[in-house]
Amino acid sequence: MTSVWEVFRQERKGQAFEHAGSVVAPDIAFAEAYAHEQYGRRGESVALWVVPRDAIHELDDFPDELGRNYHRVDGYSLKVKLKEARERAGTATP
Amino acid sequence: MSERAQRLLELADDELVLGWRNSEWTGIAPSLEEDVAFSSIAQNEIGHARALYELAAADLGTTADELAFDRQPGEYRAAPLVELRFVPDWGRTIARHYLYETADEARIAALKGSSDADVAGLAAKIDREEVYHRLHAEMWVDRLLASPDGRVRLIDATRELWPYALGILDDDLRPTWAERVRERLGVDLTNGDAIARGAHADDWTALWDEMTMVRRSVPGAQW
Amino acid sequence: MDEQGFLEYVQSGGQVETDDWMPDEYRQKLIKFIEMHANSELMGVLPEREWILRAPTLQRKLALTAKVQDEVGHAQLIYRVVEDLGKPREQCLADLISGTSKFHNVFHYPTRTWGDVGVIAWLVDAAAIISQKALLKCSYAPYARIMKKICWEESFHILHGRDVILTLMLGTDGQRELVQEALNRWWAPLMMFHGNPIPAENDPVVQWRIKTQGNEEARQQFLDGYVPQIWELGLTVPDPKLRRREDGVWEYTEPDWDELRSVVTGHGPMTAERLEFRRVTREETAWVRSVVLAEAA
Repeated sequence: MTSVWEVFRQERKGQAFEHAGSVVAPDIAFAEAYAHEQYGRRGESVALWVVPRDAIHELDDFPDELGRNYHRVDGYSLKVKLKEARERAGTATP
Repeated sequence: MSERAQRLLELADDELVLGWRNSEWTGIAPSLEEDVAFSSIAQNEIGHARALYELAAADLGTTADELAFDRQPGEYRAAPLVELRFVPDWGRTIARHYLYETADEARIAALKGSSDADVAGLAAKIDREEVYHRLHAEMWVDRLLASPDGRVRLIDATRELWPYALGILDDDLRPTWAERVRERLGVDLTNGDAIARGAHADDWTALWDEMTMVRRSVPGAQW
Repeated sequence: MDEQGFLEYVQSGGQVETDDWMPDEYRQKLIKFIEMHANSELMGVLPEREWILRAPTLQRKLALTAKVQDEVGHAQLIYRVVEDLGKPREQCLADLISGTSKFHNVFHYPTRTWGDVGVIAWLVDAAAIISQKALLKCSYAPYARIMKKICWEESFHILHGRDVILTLMLGTDGQRELVQEALNRWWAPLMMFHGNPIPAENDPVVQWRIKTQGNEEARQQFLDGYVPQIWELGLTVPDPKLRRREDGVWEYTEPDWDELRSVVTGHGPMTAERLEFRRVTREETAWVRSVVLAEAA
C-alpha cells in the first residue's frame, strides 16, 4: 500500500496556507515531486506543505451549551451605550 | 551554418525530440500522479527547445516553429538516444531519462560558462527547471535500485542504451559523466563506440511523419 | 441524525464532510456519480492524446499537452475523493476497463482531424464546465472544493480551443472546412452531453443535492452561451430546427436518446478500442505500481 499525503498551498507570500488536496506516493521524495506538479505547475502556489495524512489529527467537537458569548462578537452591544455616553458628554451629533 | 547555430540546433533537437517522446506518456503513465509530473517534464523540454530554436533562428533568419517542424528528417541533429520509442515500457523510459538528464547537466554546466552571454543566460534559465528533472530521475533510480525486479529492469535497460547515451556528449565531457553513471548504478559499463548524432534511429522517421503531418497538410498556413 | 434529517439538511444547503455520518444510499450515489466523473476525465484524455504528437506548432504542442495533463490531474483529484469515500482507485480502474462503470458519451467518439481538437477544447469543455460549475454547490464538500481548481483549469482549455478555432477560421478554405466538418460530427454528441430531461423530483442525484442543476437547464445554458458564438464565426449548426424563442428558450431537434443509452452502456464507436488501450497500457505498467510505487517495507 502506498500512502496519502495531504497538501496545503500558499497562493501569495504572507497568506495563510490552505488545504489543496492530496497525492498518493510511496515516500516523501515522490510526494514532494507529485505535489509540486499537481498543486503548483501553473504558478498558482508560492509554497506547499506536504504532510502524511496520519500526522493530521482532527478535532471537531466544540460545544457551547450555555451560551458563552463573552468571547464572541455577539456578546457585546456597544451601540446603545455609546449613544448614551455621547449624549451625557454633550458630544452627540444631532 | 555558423558553429554557434549548429550547436544550438543539436541541443534544441535533443530537447524537442525527447519532449515529444516523453509526451507520449501523457495520459498513460504508471500512476495518475506520475502522469502529471512526467508531462510537466515533457513540456519543459519542449519549452527549452523553443527557447534554443529562437536563439538559433535569429542567426538563421527563420522562426522556432520552422526549425522545429519544417526541416527534412535527415536534417535534424538529435542524438539517436532521444529518438527511440519506448511507450509503454517504463523501465527503458526511466533509464533514458536518467542518462539524458545527467549528461544534459554536464552539457548545461559547460554552457553556463560560455563567453556568449545569450547562450550562458539561456543555459542558466534552463538549468533552473532541469533541477526538477534531475530530482525526478534520481528518485526513480533510488526506487528502482531498491527492489530486485526494478533493479534488473533499470540495469538491463541502461546496458542496452549505453552506446546511445554515449552519443549525447562530446569527448571532453563524456568520461567524467560516464564515471558518475557507473558509480551511481554500481555497474560496469564499457566506454565502447558511441551511436552518434546523424545516425538516426529507426523510430525517427515515423515520429517525424506524425509530428509534421498536420502542418504539412496545408503548407505555409497559420495553425 | 436519521436519513430524513440528513435529507432535509442537504436540501437546505447543508454540506457533508468525509467522516460525517451519511446514509448508505447517499454514499453509494456519491461514489457512482463521482466515479463516473473521474472515469470521464481519464477516458477524455485518449481522444485528444492522439493529437499531442501531431500538434502543428510549438505553442499548440505545449497547450494541448498541458490540457491533457490537466485532465489526468482532474482524474487524480476526483478519484482521490472516491477513494476517501471507500472505493480504492485500483477497483475504480478495474471497473472502468471491464465496462462495469461508465464514462461520458462524448469520449466514445473518434477524433478525425485537427478541427476536432479545436471543437473539443472549445465546445465539449464548455459543456463540461457548465455541469462542473453547478457542482461547486454539491452537498458533499470535498467534491465541491476540488471543483474550484477544476473549473479554473477548464477555463484555459476553452481559451485554447477558441484560439485554435479562430486561427482555423482565419485560414484557408480547407482549414475552415475542418472546423465545420468537425462541428457537424460533434453536434449530436454535444446535444446529448447533459443527458435526457429528467424532472428534478425524479432524480435522486438532485434530491440529495449531489448536483444542483437539471439536465435541460444545463443544455439551455450551453445553447444560450455558445450558439451565438458559433454563428458569429459564419459556422452552421447542423440542426434546421434550432432557434431561440421569444421567451428565451431554445428549440432543437430531439436528440436520439437511444443512441445516448447505447453509447454510454459501452457500444459507442470507439468504446471497445479505448478500453482495450487502457487495459493494455495498465497491464504493461502494472510492475511499476506493484514493485516501485508500493510503500517501502
